[in-house]
Amino acid sequence: MKTDNWFRRLTKQPLFLPLFSVFLVLVINVVYDTVQGNPPLGFFSITITEGALYGRIIDILNRGSEAAILAIGMTLVVSSSAGTDISVGSVMSLAGSFCCMLLAGFGVTHVRTADALQMPIFVGVIAGILLAGVCGVFNGFLVARMKIQPMVATLILFTAGRAIGLLLTNSKMVYILLDEFKVFGKTLGIFPTPTVIAAVCILVMTIVLRTTSLGMYVQSVGINSRASRIAGINSAAIIMLCYTICGLYAGVAGIIATSRIYSADSNNIGLNLELDAILAVALGGNSLGGGRFNLAGSIIGAYTIQAITTTMFSLGVAKAEAPVYKAIIVILIVVVQSGPVKAYFAHKRAQKASRVAVQGGAG
Amino acid sequence: MSNQVILSMRGISMTFPGVKALDRVDFTLREGEIHALMGENGAGKSTLIKCLTGVYDNEQGEIYMGPEQKLIKNHSTLEAQSNGISTVYQEVNLCPNLSVAENLFIGREPMTKLHTIDRRAMLKKARELMKKLDINVDVTRTLNSFSIAVQQMIAIARAVDMECKVLILDEPTSSLDDKEVEKLFGMMRSLRDQGIGIIFVTHFLEQVYSVCDRITVLRNGTLVGEYEIADLPRLKLVAAMMGKDFDDLASIRSKEDEQVSDELIIEARGLSHARKIKPFDLDIHKGEVIGLTGLLGSGRSELARTIYGADKAQTGELKVKGQTVKINAPIDAMRLGMGLLPDDRKAEGIVEDLSVRENIMLAMQSLKGIRARIPMEKQMEITRKYIDLLEIKTPSTETLVKQLSGGNQQKVIIARWLATDPDFLILDEPTRGIDVGTKTEIQKLVVDLARQGKSVIFISSEIEEMLRTCNRLAVLRDGAKVGELSENLTQESVMRTIAGGERN
Repeated sequence: MKTDNWFRRLTKQPLFLPLFSVFLVLVINVVYDTVQGNPPLGFFSITITEGALYGRIIDILNRGSEAAILAIGMTLVVSSSAGTDISVGSVMSLAGSFCCMLLAGFGVTHVRTADALQMPIFVGVIAGILLAGVCGVFNGFLVARMKIQPMVATLILFTAGRAIGLLLTNSKMVYILLDEFKVFGKTLGIFPTPTVIAAVCILVMTIVLRTTSLGMYVQSVGINSRASRIAGINSAAIIMLCYTICGLYAGVAGIIATSRIYSADSNNIGLNLELDAILAVALGGNSLGGGRFNLAGSIIGAYTIQAITTTMFSLGVAKAEAPVYKAIIVILIVVVQSGPVKAYFAHKRAQKASRVAVQGGAG
Repeated sequence: MSNQVILSMRGISMTFPGVKALDRVDFTLREGEIHALMGENGAGKSTLIKCLTGVYDNEQGEIYMGPEQKLIKNHSTLEAQSNGISTVYQEVNLCPNLSVAENLFIGREPMTKLHTIDRRAMLKKARELMKKLDINVDVTRTLNSFSIAVQQMIAIARAVDMECKVLILDEPTSSLDDKEVEKLFGMMRSLRDQGIGIIFVTHFLEQVYSVCDRITVLRNGTLVGEYEIADLPRLKLVAAMMGKDFDDLASIRSKEDEQVSDELIIEARGLSHARKIKPFDLDIHKGEVIGLTGLLGSGRSELARTIYGADKAQTGELKVKGQTVKINAPIDAMRLGMGLLPDDRKAEGIVEDLSVRENIMLAMQSLKGIRARIPMEKQMEITRKYIDLLEIKTPSTETLVKQLSGGNQQKVIIARWLATDPDFLILDEPTRGIDVGTKTEIQKLVVDLARQGKSVIFISSEIEEMLRTCNRLAVLRDGAKVGELSENLTQESVMRTIAGGERN
């Protein structure tokens, strides 16, 4: 009886399913390594190679950074407006293009020396992130003030974002071949910089949620915006704020992605990442219908998606086929978390409990 | 009335986290009777209904249906409907953006041979049904173009049309005015005569006595008893519901409460909101309870909402404590010390997926601003204080507010405003859908607030309740303020002003 209670309490934790999903992916890796005759815990091994941490876990934490950063903003957007911002991938690319254009100057395709820079790198980076913030304000304005459905409102920048990026870069790849710029996609000390940036982004949002009442406002607006208004909350302003934060975070993710390939590649940066971000929110156990949210769940969700991808490559699945297997795993995780399945298990438990009670009564 | 039993529930038990909602409750319904299910908030009425309709899965107990008393088990409302049990709730659960006809036949649309919806047949059937039940509406218009009252009747029409043997009406009259209530009762009586058993859940005692045949009383999740209507006079019913003798409601206000200071809190001049409320003047003094009365839809809610800024005033001038102010949104009114408890609790009151604590803290937090988060210890302290003060029945401070009963939800919203320490509080139908005991508590609270020097606008459909609590009444008719009554407040004088005409 005691273990039963313990188990039930564990499964009722809000983060149980997202964490369980991660656990499952890890177990698959361990089993695979064992079967292959590799060291069974090879997946977890972390070494220092060329002054930087190296290993599959590190790789997941590194590669998953953009999705994790996007998932933070996406969580707020979903919670407050019961809709998704599908423009984040394009906005990432736009932020990168704008940054590179500012650094290189319009029409210039290669920057090889620091002298050729048009402005300090950090100014360009900040400007790129701010432009993404402006995109967020634009999205928020359409959703909150014009009352356009989020999907439709953000479809505008989803389509136009990359095109604007191409205009800014004169339809060419712009390379910034400087270590000072590459650093955002490489390593900081022994840690991968994207992971450090993601950690800072998560920390900032956690502090904001702990020290301000943003979290309560966002959920309140998402659950019942009319009641929130009567209680003195400016629902439109809160929704706009969420989209703005989402835009700014997309800008940060865009700078990382651009720095990884040290070039503005409008057509490919952040491609399909909006889907990963949305999926991360859902995997984290958050309802896409808005309302209550769990930020930690979304972030774990983002890394779970990356873990699946990395696992697949290490299993030798071809890159083109990977999405099929990824889809299967995602379906499993989402279905296990869905209402009807949970209700089914609750029903089974209740049946079992009543049987036990009947037997107990007879004996 | 035959004595054929068509529904019996035996030993129904149900537990929620921390609360025993039902404890071995029996309930029996006979053919062709209207059976009132009575009890205070949280007595288990709604839970019993939900066990019957399959919304909840009762832990213990059996349900038997029909003349042969077949054992049934409903796992969903759909299954309940196929067993002949239909429900109409207080809040209309239809699709507001579909037409009346579509709503009537949703899920069971008449089909053509090509398996497409036969719109012509649907409209024809809908019109016939409406005519049969004497509801005068255009069935092609969308549901949300009608008042809540009409929507309610359409919901009943839908339920009645579905071959039901047991019809459950859960607080159907809360948003209806007297004429509509009478019409609904006519409908209920004719259904009864056709042999349908009706379970009627309501808080209005008078209505129980004018339409019901039997009463079952619940208290704290247990069965108190089943009575013939003639055997249970009103006072005994109240005593049965509360488990104690009823203290006299008339005594809540005393002579000193008639003394109101001359200090003006609110001076409204020519305020209006297009199509909802015509320009009106209104003065409210410190420590005064002013009642707004009138028929449903007369503009009494709209008047209050215009002052508060829930509907922005389009003309006129408002002075608060002598200062001319501009209110663009509710937050502006809140900063001036106002609060509004809206009449539609579900749509504008509670934030259902937030906890009791968060719901109580909401207004206070928005007054402090987003950056100054109230520390958790302070939040807990305030929440506990109001849970104790208003006797809110909740398992914990972190329980989601949607899990509480209606009356307790209402108390949570009252707590939300009391926490902001307002000078001027607007209570729009604070006692709707609430049991007698809580009603008295709320009335006493209003009088107490006035004693503390706060001003209150009190809006209620029940004139008696207003007479007990208010110093002065403003009467509205057709979106305009037509008079004020402050002396010799009697039911008759108020009615006469509402009806209009003779008064000088």
